[in-house]
Amino acid sequence: MSKIEEILSKKILILDGAMGTMLQEYKFSEEDFRGSRFADWPVSVKGNNDLLSITQPQAIAEIHRKYFLAGADIVETNTFSATTIAMADYDMQELVYEINYESARIAKKVAEELTQENSKKPRFVAGAIGPTNKTASMSPDVNDPGFRAISFLDLHKAYKQQAGALIDGGVDVLLIETVFDTLNAKAALFAIDELKEERGLDIPVMISGTITDASGRTLSGQTAEAFLISVSHIPLLSIGFNCALGAKQLTPHLEVLARKSDFGVSAYPNAGLPNAFGEYDQSPKEMALQTKEYLERGLVNILGGCCGTTPDHIRAIAEVAKDYKPRKLRFRETSKILF
Amino acid sequence: MNNPTENPATESSSLNNPEVRIRPLKLSGLEPLVITPDSLFVNVGERTNVSGSKKFLRLIKEEKFEEALSVAREQVDGGAQIIDINMDDGLIEGKEAMVKFLNLIVAEPDIARVPIMIDSSKWEIIEAGLQVVQGKCVVNSISLKEGEEEFLIHARKIKRYGAAVVVMAFDETGQADNYERRIEIAKRSYDLLTQKVKFPPEDIIFDLNIFPVGTGMEEHRRNAIDYIEATKWVKENLPHVSLSGGVSNVSFSFRGNNPVREAMHSAFLYHAIKAGMNMGIVNPALLDVYDNIPKNLLEHVEDVILDRRDDATERLLALAENVVGTKRKNTLDLSWRKKPLQERITHALVKGIDAYIIEDIEQARQEAERPIEVIEGHLMIGMNVVGDLFGSGKMFLPQVVKSARVMKKAVAYLLPYIEEAKKNDAPQPPKGEQYWRTAEPALYGLMKKYAQKMRNQPTEAEALLWNVLSGKNLAGYKFRRQHIIGSYIADFICLKRNLIIEVDGSIHQLPENKSTDKERTAWLEEQGFRVVRFQNKEVLHQFDYVQEKILKELEVPPLGARGLGGSGKILLATVKGDVHDIGKNIVSVVLACNNYEIIDLGVMVPPEKIIETAKAENVDIIGLSGLITPSLDEMSFLAKEMQRQNFSVPLLIGGATTSKAHTAVKIDPQYKHAVVHVNDASRAVTVVGDLLKESTKKKYMDDLKAEYDTFRQNFQKRSKVKSFLPISAARRNKFQIDWEHARISKPGKPGIQVIDDLDLRELEKYIDWMPFFRTWELHGRFPAILEDETVGEQATALFKDAKILLKKIMDEKLLKAKAVYGLFPANSVNDDDIEVKYPENSEEKTIIFRTLRQQLNKHKGKPNFALADFIAPKESGKQDYIGCFCVTTGFGTEELARKFEEDQDDYNSIMIKALADRLAEAFAEYLHEKIRTIHWGYEPEEDLSNDELIKESYKGIRPAPGYPACPDHLEKLSIWEILKIEENIGVKLTDSLAMWPAASVSGYYFANPEARYFGVGKIKEDQVEDFARRKGISVEKATKWLNPNIAD
Repeated sequence: MSKIEEILSKKILILDGAMGTMLQEYKFSEEDFRGSRFADWPVSVKGNNDLLSITQPQAIAEIHRKYFLAGADIVETNTFSATTIAMADYDMQELVYEINYESARIAKKVAEELTQENSKKPRFVAGAIGPTNKTASMSPDVNDPGFRAISFLDLHKAYKQQAGALIDGGVDVLLIETVFDTLNAKAALFAIDELKEERGLDIPVMISGTITDASGRTLSGQTAEAFLISVSHIPLLSIGFNCALGAKQLTPHLEVLARKSDFGVSAYPNAGLPNAFGEYDQSPKEMALQTKEYLERGLVNILGGCCGTTPDHIRAIAEVAKDYKPRKLRFRETSKILF
Repeated sequence: MNNPTENPATESSSLNNPEVRIRPLKLSGLEPLVITPDSLFVNVGERTNVSGSKKFLRLIKEEKFEEALSVAREQVDGGAQIIDINMDDGLIEGKEAMVKFLNLIVAEPDIARVPIMIDSSKWEIIEAGLQVVQGKCVVNSISLKEGEEEFLIHARKIKRYGAAVVVMAFDETGQADNYERRIEIAKRSYDLLTQKVKFPPEDIIFDLNIFPVGTGMEEHRRNAIDYIEATKWVKENLPHVSLSGGVSNVSFSFRGNNPVREAMHSAFLYHAIKAGMNMGIVNPALLDVYDNIPKNLLEHVEDVILDRRDDATERLLALAENVVGTKRKNTLDLSWRKKPLQERITHALVKGIDAYIIEDIEQARQEAERPIEVIEGHLMIGMNVVGDLFGSGKMFLPQVVKSARVMKKAVAYLLPYIEEAKKNDAPQPPKGEQYWRTAEPALYGLMKKYAQKMRNQPTEAEALLWNVLSGKNLAGYKFRRQHIIGSYIADFICLKRNLIIEVDGSIHQLPENKSTDKERTAWLEEQGFRVVRFQNKEVLHQFDYVQEKILKELEVPPLGARGLGGSGKILLATVKGDVHDIGKNIVSVVLACNNYEIIDLGVMVPPEKIIETAKAENVDIIGLSGLITPSLDEMSFLAKEMQRQNFSVPLLIGGATTSKAHTAVKIDPQYKHAVVHVNDASRAVTVVGDLLKESTKKKYMDDLKAEYDTFRQNFQKRSKVKSFLPISAARRNKFQIDWEHARISKPGKPGIQVIDDLDLRELEKYIDWMPFFRTWELHGRFPAILEDETVGEQATALFKDAKILLKKIMDEKLLKAKAVYGLFPANSVNDDDIEVKYPENSEEKTIIFRTLRQQLNKHKGKPNFALADFIAPKESGKQDYIGCFCVTTGFGTEELARKFEEDQDDYNSIMIKALADRLAEAFAEYLHEKIRTIHWGYEPEEDLSNDELIKESYKGIRPAPGYPACPDHLEKLSIWEILKIEENIGVKLTDSLAMWPAASVSGYYFANPEARYFGVGKIKEDQVEDFARRKGISVEKATKWLNPNIAD
């Protein structure tokens, strides 16, 4: 059992908040995104946030530090879109290994510094593995429902490269997040499971799905419980939900996981629902108050924030969470079962 | 407060003891399937197996995958909890077929909700299947047939893909066909899987081979019993596994005798399930209920299955010859009638069942102290459930409208009792003084004297009015004058309608008197009276108006029919010149169910009337609806008018032609208060709630204003990007047809023809049902929508109701289908005009259709279309032709709708209008086909299905004025002129040039094979001016009519 699993059974772990929201404040221009190295890159790279791990590493480190100082136990690497599939938008497929590796190192360095400052609060780095911009079980063409823009094998290959680079860069845990198509996530799990076997290592895996709207289903149509069942074949550190909904709207789906899952349960919702302008405007206080309901009902083991959340949100959530014990875990018992 | 032991209860209390922990088999499609030891037998559908269904095999061979999907859907609808898919056939590319079919299934939520069993004897097909399904599947199957190594490799992969697995009792030496071999192979497989692969035991499903019995062969005698006993052994010795099998094998030798087969399946399952079999492939149609099997037959069957006698097979064969099948029948589930009263009422409301509602309401009324309590209690409790279900997307529009129908029936039944009770509630008068029964006893003596005095000294106005009201002069209503109510004296009162009429002298205009009047009106209204006030001078000088208004008030529908009104008062109207009201009626019903009082002014309502009624009724919200483009201007005008008259109530905008863009850009800026575009009834309830709730209304309105403002700014930014051509340049880029070689057909039957009364039955097959479902806010393709996961059930029910009404309409000829059409010589002139020659009183006349041309600056090679491009120009020297038409199925609709409304049946009132609209469209389709194949006859060989018709696969077009290719409604006037439509079939044009009756369609016919539908899109001022000049109308008039199409 790794260290993070040990801590998970003792306290509620705090995950960081949004990277994108924080990066917006830097107002980076096209030139800032390019840096000197990509000055002549043939396509526009503004908006390729993951590239900033190479061209603006100080900013990324600074954001990680802010989240740690706000009380986060785990920060996510700046690698949400760092797969050959998503990087194709910028013609940057060949940089995928480097972006993942560097992103992991930046985060790990900050984590180690802060752990050294206070050894009672060890800090961890989760390698963020996003959904990519293609789905393996839905057709992008309504007139051709049998068509698929990406195959399991392509996803598997891309994820294996990403996960490998993140591990090389030193992440403590892998986090498959914002899963809107379970089949994509299964390709990632397949790749990670292979990596674990090939390298003989046992890195914990977290998974976080996304319930897209009030229907209570993922984009690919699964209910929370169906999603849980579909990814339970690989031992997980935690399963949960992030993005798309605010803390309040997420509660019933977390309840399902809390009741049915043997793994830890995580939640990192958005700062409320977007307002008329598409902005997230829930205050840290409001959000913390809503996550308090999770805590009182013992629904979660890991808490954090997604779109629109800032270090202030994380601070407020950490402040509330520190008085609560985590949801009781059962996964340790499972391994004891005799056949 | 944060004691970790107080966590939510776990699924099973035994969880805390890992030794006995239950490990259910968990599978998933879009939804979970959790199979525990307590689960009922899990039925695996096998019709999607090429070796299990001849039909499926044929469809796959012919690559009819869409149709093959319906086989899968039937399985799921029929109750299969897992579907087995198998493509193993020599003539099929198994891997491709598997992937293609699975990809299609995944796109159908009503099928994909269940887990999939990927069935193949080839590993590459299984693996390809596992790579396209997101849920947790079952692999069917692996076995030790090819040895341990391959078995383990496959098992590891399956585990990594996250699937459960069926393990066949098969090893290197062959298939297990007796008890010992079955348990030997099962044990070996289990140990390998759980120990070497760490395969979760709950994900293992054994198929221990079900073989036929009753074959007459000695070695088959124990086939069933061995299976059952081996099953028992596995269940007891190999923890957590499931057991499955293909049941129909067992009765293989009795093919052709279904009653015996059914009995064999049931008996076999009965014993196998007791032994531990928990899932299997069973055809539910071939299964009898164990207890229903005749004793004699059961005994014979069990003798065979359990191998109880040496001559069991012979005896069963002998009996089988005499067994004849019996039919089962369905019965209606009436178990809910046994529930407590409130549950029954709620059930009736939620399910929309009106058969028992009066009975239940009568019981509730007898139990209640006052009849109003039944509405405020029982019915509102039920309607709140309906509201919650609708709000959370668990009920659909047609259901809610049905609920409303039940509600109205109930309220209508209660009303007389409520009226009666109201009178009884009022203070009791001294004996013998009947008409005092509303008076306050303490004051009575004093007031009586005063009232008498007043009666004897009426004002001039009062005397005049009494002249009309006395002696039941006014429509037979009895009025009293100077009637004492509580501590007030009413000038005139109609006790039957609880209507009070007050005539105010000038004294009432003083501020202090006004406030007393207000108080008194409030008190009276609280007592259930309605008060209408007139001023002396109104009675003296506008006596007709006063009479009319009193009459109208007397005829105001009773309380229940208008909604209860507890939540607010809403005025709804279809604006001036527009006749479409289906959407508005739906909104009205839905809001009324949510406790709003609805004042529905109907169709073609002039703005003055809307304003006046809104004031008089003091409404909380005004809702406007419209379908044709001129209505957009009417709405803007009304918004402006509301601003001018200092209104502050929110304005709702809805209807097919309205849009968020138009509302934001054209209507919202006219009115300082809330303006909301609401295009579906489901949203209306929330929007209205937010607009009226004290706590939310300010913020909601501010947010709305801000949202529309942003929208407006973005919209204006966007519209600047487009560039346009001058009309002259657009004409140069017109669509070119090679007239030299074009085939022009002369109409076989030129001139004007009238169809007076077409048999509606002819039209049924031309109906396009999709828009019908859209009317009811059920979205999806027809007929797939009938089997849609979310709305399928509702769509099916709705469709059934529609068919019933349609049949009634057809059988009883309740609607009349009339049409007039004409085919005429024509040529295009001056690029955009079409000159038409038509006969009138045996002389040839000429009329010119003006068409509009696209002006957007197009990509190279794309023409700027106008309808005139499809008609040969005069200078080509070729004689071309054009047609025009008008069809209607609307006569009779209003009467029928009104009849349903009187019956409190909004559901059918809306339904009849929706059906009439569909029939009109079907008629247009029908007539167009006849034109193409017979009357004009330019496509005599055409043979298209209804689907192809809907997809417009035919040659030639029938564009309609007011629609994208010819957005100008004014052209309808020319069509009316040529065809004499009003004279011939009675269809009229309103001020806004909408057709009346609403269920009518009119348009042109173009026969050229190159003719196509297009949208004119935005046009510029130069074309508007040119158009006005050509048409001989003012630029202002042209601008007004073309407004929605003019680029900003």
